Amino acid sequence: MSETIKNFLYLNRRAPYGTIYAWESLEVVLIGAAFDQDVSLAFLDDGVFQLTKGQDTAAVGMKNFSPTYAALGDYEVKKVYIEKESLEERGLSLDDLQHLTWEDEDDDYAEKDSIHLVTRAEMAAIMDGADVVFSF
Amino acid sequence: MSTLHTVNKSPFEKTSLTTCLGHLSAGAAVLLLEDGVYAALTQTSVEGQVKGALDSVKVYALGPDLQARGLSEERVIPGISVVDYAGFVDLAAEHDKVQAWL
Repeated sequence: MSETIKNFLYLNRRAPYGTIYAWESLEVVLIGAAFDQDVSLAFLDDGVFQLTKGQDTAAVGMKNFSPTYAALGDYEVKKVYIEKESLEERGLSLDDLQHLTWEDEDDDYAEKDSIHLVTRAEMAAIMDGADVVFSF
Repeated sequence: MSTLHTVNKSPFEKTSLTTCLGHLSAGAAVLLLEDGVYAALTQTSVEGQVKGALDSVKVYALGPDLQARGLSEERVIPGISVVDYAGFVDLAAEHDKVQAWL
């Protein structure tokens, strides 16, 4: 167990499937989640494509890892930041993305939204506030 | 000489699509695949470029790569033809050569 809780930010800027970055990031997040750290995920640039609904990889013969994002809440990963400008440049809105939630045990296990839509300026402040940034 | 140009990189991350579209000759066709399929979407910052290309060349997108990324065919720019792997083979066979933009 580590003594100090640090604020870790995982920065996701790549689309899924074309490269291994998205999957590798998710694996590192899940491994890191076992170490009781304060974890945030940021999705910007092509990273926003990682969370699109309805991914079906059967025809390309690759593993569809998109359902795994829904498990992040169970790993106490409950801060997921999506950059508004990145969505807009790609013709997307939050409705095109998975709905990620976490259960608040201090509030009768109420389901709460994990996803927060932020502007580029707000994203910059989130980055600035992180103790450690992991880039993917 | 008719060439099939393939683009497999995201237009938001690399210049492959822009450079490809700037180097097309008469009779050329463009196939978007892998992360290249993001260029086939409507309402993106590169939609104008792709629509401009459609005035002079045929543009195709690989269906299995759209499906993998959760992108329905309704989101694809009208005029772009969605093909499967067999269609990819047909396109390669119909053209004199294939030029890949990585």
